Amino acid sequence: MIDMRKIRKVYSTGRIEVEALRGIDLIIGENEFVAVMGPSGSGKSTLMNLIGCLDTPSSGEYFLEGQKVESLSPNELAEIRNKKVGFVFQNFNLLPYATAFENVEVPLIFGGVASRKRRKRAMEFLDRVGLGDRADHKPAELSGGEMQRVAIARALVNQPRLVLADEPTGNLDTGSGKEIINLFEELGKQGHTVVVITHDHGIAERTHRIIKLRDGMIVDGNGSG
Amino acid sequence: MQVVMYISQFLRDMRSQKLRTLLTLFGIIWGTAAVVLLMAIGKGIHAENQRQMHGLGEGIVILWGGRTSQPFEGFGKGRRIPLREEDAHLLKREIREMWGVSPEYSRWSTHMKYKDNAVTQNMVGIYPIFGEMRNIIPEMGGRFINRIDLEQKKRVVFIGDQLKKDLFGEEEAIGKYIIIDNVPFLVVGVLKEKEQDSSYSGRDENKAFVPASTFAAMYGYRYVNDMIFKPTDPRQTELVKEKVYQVLGKKYKFDPADKEALSMWDTTEMAKFLTYFFLAFRIFLVAIGTATLIVGGIGVSNIMHVVVEERTKEVGIKMSLGAKKAHVLLQFIFETFVITFVGGTVGFLFSVGVIKLFPVFGLEEYLGTPQITYTTALIAVGILGLVGLISGYFPARRAANLNPVQALKL
Repeated sequence: MIDMRKIRKVYSTGRIEVEALRGIDLIIGENEFVAVMGPSGSGKSTLMNLIGCLDTPSSGEYFLEGQKVESLSPNELAEIRNKKVGFVFQNFNLLPYATAFENVEVPLIFGGVASRKRRKRAMEFLDRVGLGDRADHKPAELSGGEMQRVAIARALVNQPRLVLADEPTGNLDTGSGKEIINLFEELGKQGHTVVVITHDHGIAERTHRIIKLRDGMIVDGNGSG
Repeated sequence: MQVVMYISQFLRDMRSQKLRTLLTLFGIIWGTAAVVLLMAIGKGIHAENQRQMHGLGEGIVILWGGRTSQPFEGFGKGRRIPLREEDAHLLKREIREMWGVSPEYSRWSTHMKYKDNAVTQNMVGIYPIFGEMRNIIPEMGGRFINRIDLEQKKRVVFIGDQLKKDLFGEEEAIGKYIIIDNVPFLVVGVLKEKEQDSSYSGRDENKAFVPASTFAAMYGYRYVNDMIFKPTDPRQTELVKEKVYQVLGKKYKFDPADKEALSMWDTTEMAKFLTYFFLAFRIFLVAIGTATLIVGGIGVSNIMHVVVEERTKEVGIKMSLGAKKAHVLLQFIFETFVITFVGGTVGFLFSVGVIKLFPVFGLEEYLGTPQITYTTALIAVGILGLVGLISGYFPARRAANLNPVQALKL
């Protein structure tokens, strides 16, 4: 599913260059449920962005489902993000003016799904995260757990093979956090590849594998190592 | 279906930015209204002016005899050159580019009487073609002096509309006789009311027109007061004027270069001046209007700039969900288009309303009736569209080129 070789990512802000990732070799197979851990500044989010094709590496090779990512155009990357990847963010990143239902609809719109089919599918996925009755609510009217479930429904609605979650429970109370993790666990069973960034050892232990990062390098849990 | 999403997104944006949207809209509305109204009023003034010019006649030259200023072939200077009726025939015969010539005898303080109403007015003796050149159009049921009148020296008269009122009041005039200097004349026509803002011997509305032959026979005038002529092609006016000097110079023995031997009023010069004047006037108006529109456009650009700034995060979210550059670009361009389109439409309708209301102000006499033209509307729409596109494009491109990761971080 994911095959990264000697991935480096350098951010340059003016004269200062920051090497966020310093040679990552990483393989994640299909249906794996993986946790990525590490102190802040270790490059977790950068890795996540690269895996999700939100960003491109400074050097190295990345194959997503056998497709070489570095050579793709911005539009092709957008297509991958739309079809193959589902993102769940710590701060949910819902569109504040749109209802839960409309938020779930967005990836389908960019995917060019016809309106009737789109509505049916968005509703179906809201139901799946147990929010069918909250469809007309705006994010501000939902609890944190509910917002994150909307975000998960949105991440899944295009049925991506890969689901990426960046500290999905970071802003949630323990109870809601548990529900969310249950959802991710279920996704793993349903045939999605799930990568979760987390600080929470309780969560990490429920995954198949824990990848530990420090200073832009993988120090433990590398499937290839 | 994406359009539906753009629209709903737009409406949400606008709701959250009410004041800014309103101000921007106002800029565009004002710009459009300014362009359309200025152009319409400019055109109205021009049309009114032409209509008034029409009263004197288009493309005609009025010719008077003058006084020589140079000695020529043994004649001293200061000699008067009076014109005679037959000179009209001479000019017509000798000058190929001449469309028509009419002599004009003129007699001030002519007594005219119908029943108890008596007036003293100007009477002229002319050829039938005079009516055509001077846009003298008879009211229904009447006619101007014709060839038979002229050939048979008929005692018929065509009268101005004001003169008709003075003599007849509301009574029908055609077919009645009026007494002119003790001679009965049959009224054959009455002038149809017309605008006339310039004249060389009083307005046509006050005059009586009789055949030149009748006039000459009655008063025994040797000389005409003036002649009017019209070239076939208005662009040949200068040439024809030159030839008039040559033909008459040969007959009356004066130097064709002696411009004072004859005097001319070339109405085409004024028409030409006015044409250029109004052209300049309208270019000026268009420039002002365009500048106003551009200012409105800068307003739109400004608001879009802020909107993009505020929605960077949203752009990031959308990109993470698979939005392509075109999606982002289109969304922002769509928004500017809606603002400019709505503003333009409202501005245009506002102008139409103002023009509909225009008669209330009672300024038509000076400004004419403003006319919105199809072209004006198209130009305004075109400029607006361009302004909208340019002012929307750059902020939109900035949004579309954002790095999704950086956009999300904000």
